[in-house]
Amino acid sequence: MENRRYTRREFIRNLSLTTFAGLSLPLLSSCTKEEAEDFLQKHFREMTKEEKKRVIEKLEQRYLQKYGRKFQISTQEAVPDTLWAYGLELSRCIGCRRCVYACVKENNHSRHDPQLQWIRVLRLKRGNLINLENSDHYYDPEIVPEKGFIYLPVQCQQCQEPPCVKVCPVHATWQEPDGIVVVDYNWCIGCRYCIAACPYKGRVFNWAEPNIPKEEINPSVHYLGNRPRMKCAVDKCTFCIQRVRNGRYPACVEACPTGTRKFGNLLDPNSEMRYIIDRKRVFRLKEDLGTEPKFYYFFEA
Amino acid sequence: MEKVTKAIVLGVLFLGACFTSLVSDAAEEFPVAPPPMTEGMFPCSSCHATLEANRKKRELKEEHTQIKLHHAEAMRWCLDCHDAKNRDKLRLYNGEMINFTESYRLCGECHGPQYRDWRAGVHGKRTGYFMGSGKRTYFLCAHCHDPHEPKFKPLKPEPQPVKPKDP
Amino acid sequence: MEKLQETLNETWHFYRRTLTLVARGSKLYYAWCFSLMAIIAVALLFYMRQHDLGLIATNMNDQVSWGLYIANFTYLVGAAAAAVLLVIPSYVYHFKPIKEIVVLGELFAASSIVMAILFVMVDLGRIDRFWHMIPFVGSMNFPQSLLAWDVLALNGYLFLNLLIPIYLLVKFYYRKEPNWKFILPFILISIPMAVAIHTVTAFLYNGLAARPFWNASILAPRFLASAFCSGPAIIIIIFQIIRKVSAHHMEIEDDALFKISELIAYAMFLNLFLLSAEIFKEYYSQTVHIASFRYLFEGLHGHKQLVPWIWSAMTMNIIAFIIFLIPQTRKRLTTLNFGCLLIIIGVWIEKGPGFVIPGFVPDPLGEIYEYIPNLLELMVSFGIWATGLLIFTLLMKVAIPIETGKFTHTEYEKEITAFRPH
Repeated sequence: MENRRYTRREFIRNLSLTTFAGLSLPLLSSCTKEEAEDFLQKHFREMTKEEKKRVIEKLEQRYLQKYGRKFQISTQEAVPDTLWAYGLELSRCIGCRRCVYACVKENNHSRHDPQLQWIRVLRLKRGNLINLENSDHYYDPEIVPEKGFIYLPVQCQQCQEPPCVKVCPVHATWQEPDGIVVVDYNWCIGCRYCIAACPYKGRVFNWAEPNIPKEEINPSVHYLGNRPRMKCAVDKCTFCIQRVRNGRYPACVEACPTGTRKFGNLLDPNSEMRYIIDRKRVFRLKEDLGTEPKFYYFFEA
Repeated sequence: MEKVTKAIVLGVLFLGACFTSLVSDAAEEFPVAPPPMTEGMFPCSSCHATLEANRKKRELKEEHTQIKLHHAEAMRWCLDCHDAKNRDKLRLYNGEMINFTESYRLCGECHGPQYRDWRAGVHGKRTGYFMGSGKRTYFLCAHCHDPHEPKFKPLKPEPQPVKPKDP
Repeated sequence: MEKLQETLNETWHFYRRTLTLVARGSKLYYAWCFSLMAIIAVALLFYMRQHDLGLIATNMNDQVSWGLYIANFTYLVGAAAAAVLLVIPSYVYHFKPIKEIVVLGELFAASSIVMAILFVMVDLGRIDRFWHMIPFVGSMNFPQSLLAWDVLALNGYLFLNLLIPIYLLVKFYYRKEPNWKFILPFILISIPMAVAIHTVTAFLYNGLAARPFWNASILAPRFLASAFCSGPAIIIIIFQIIRKVSAHHMEIEDDALFKISELIAYAMFLNLFLLSAEIFKEYYSQTVHIASFRYLFEGLHGHKQLVPWIWSAMTMNIIAFIIFLIPQTRKRLTTLNFGCLLIIIGVWIEKGPGFVIPGFVPDPLGEIYEYIPNLLELMVSFGIWATGLLIFTLLMKVAIPIETGKFTHTEYEKEITAFRPH
């Protein structure tokens, strides 16, 4: 009896030790110094200037290796006294989707598996604007606009009371002083709670490592904006943070062939956005949810 | 004394000229893109300087046949906008001549609300920088609306998003 | 200091002895454990594939961004909360038949919470970054984010449901009287804690204004009602299995099972009543927000994948309610077991896929995507269920001999003295 008990105990001990050793081996071997650094990287808002610089250098190296282009990653902070807002004139949108693809190019989206698009153009039957349940996202006619339909592009509305910021369990997304809601892609844990919380489907998820064709890469990026992301992090429209903080129009504004899209600084009384809000009939989507979006839809007059 | 008076008069006239040019819609106050002219058309005076102006309202059959006028053609025709004597300029209602780069002033005479909005940047298209000293480009009316046939042509839309695979 | 050293020595000695206990067993025990380990191994392989490729290996996408994993998580948190239905009769009302089995119930709650936590972890896109959620080490968004609350609540409840039973078992092993002044506060706290974990889980859905299917005040009460049906139903079945297969003839009185089933009857009534309240509100006022309900119960624009599932769940729940309501069917073990099975499956459908998926259909911009879990998600889910069952089996393998008095320190000393050479 005693012998049997001894051998069984011995057996369990050996088994547990081997399993432990076996499991730890792959863990230890795959832990290079760089991976360890990646693992321990701090939240962007808690980094010192030097740490940010180091992270940027590391990323630029990595992007150079991966895409063969020299990247300029900016960490430019918000311009003081700015609160960015967007205007979209619904009387003019023809649903051509040029904004969608201009955004895809400017912001280094994954082109396939998964295909990420920050702007979604909805086609609605005339007579119906607010109930989005009957919208069509996949319309594919020969030419647009089609008779009897209107087009409603939707993207992140950069809410002043963003529900996504409220629900993120790790503070990976926050609202910058100039009103843009940003994501620290290296801090996001991929729980997708923010995607469930967004009433506008403004946020998308990188379900796999992004597939960006090397020749279409845009190398002037912002750390919180359009730098190439990694798998299993959330991203969203950032009002082209890499452009607007330098005073340049976002890519979708420049791409629209009918002049539907407008952009400006709400705190500047001479800006286009203030002109629109003062003189046009503006409304915002799902205002009853209290999110206070800064994306104003309007009609002529 | 005479010289002094002459200087003062000239000085006042000079200042007056500057002032007037500031008060009226100054030429080229917007950084517009070059007008969308057909290749080789401008300057129009290369042909029209020698041709006699025929002010009869008609449909053009010999030249400029590719231009289809669908812009209040019941009420106006070519020479209501293009100056008859100087084809390199456009003609405003009050007789003032403007360059093609200022054509928005002509459009604005009838389309006042759109002109006001265009000046504020709310109608039409602007690209480039809106803040600071970076280059910016304002599109002329003519860049989006062909002045002879202003109605927007339908476009071929970009591809639909990939539909999520049916499980 | 000496006392601490002594306690540590005792605990280590106890732990070593439990390892031998766990390693020895009947053929059925070995077959059960090894088949569970096989399932876990296969699930691990599938999970590695998901870890490599990213979550694109599942059938989730931007439209339905939470699927089978979170459905199971919701169900299991409810099952764990059900331990409170054993704790209250034992420690507050001193109902003897349940008092004997409450420790096993708490260990069941602990295994359930472990499964729930595992489901959240496999659902995370970046599991290597989960340390970002640890308070003070990472940057936990407390108190704004309900997920942060959930992490704290679940881990706290797990801690309680390990501390209490293990403390009582170890004391019983050494035939010492537990220090009730020490342990009773923990026990009493675990009662509101059980309600809290499931309320927090309900709130994390409830607070999303973007999802009208979830943004209903009735959600937290509904969660608790369905939890108090499904959890005890699992407990009833498990305890009967234990009664049958345990080599130590664990005495679980039928009265305990009947008392629990009585509580299930009340909870199921509440569940059905709250469900009818929701259905009335949606179908009478008929706002746009009825869309998700329509998708679930009737089908929306031709998409009706979940319709047969939810109607089977409703039928199962109602039949089970009737079985539990009538004392004759409730007090007969065959019908009782049938009712329990119906509730376990019915509530799983209602609370898992029948709750998580309609929240995403239609999505905030009106798009409809019908989600079915793919093989990878199914295998990983089976693996986690197998993990929970394995953990529970091993815990029972130690707890039952202690409870029945076969595995005690005095018994061990007797054996040692018997074999010690004179």
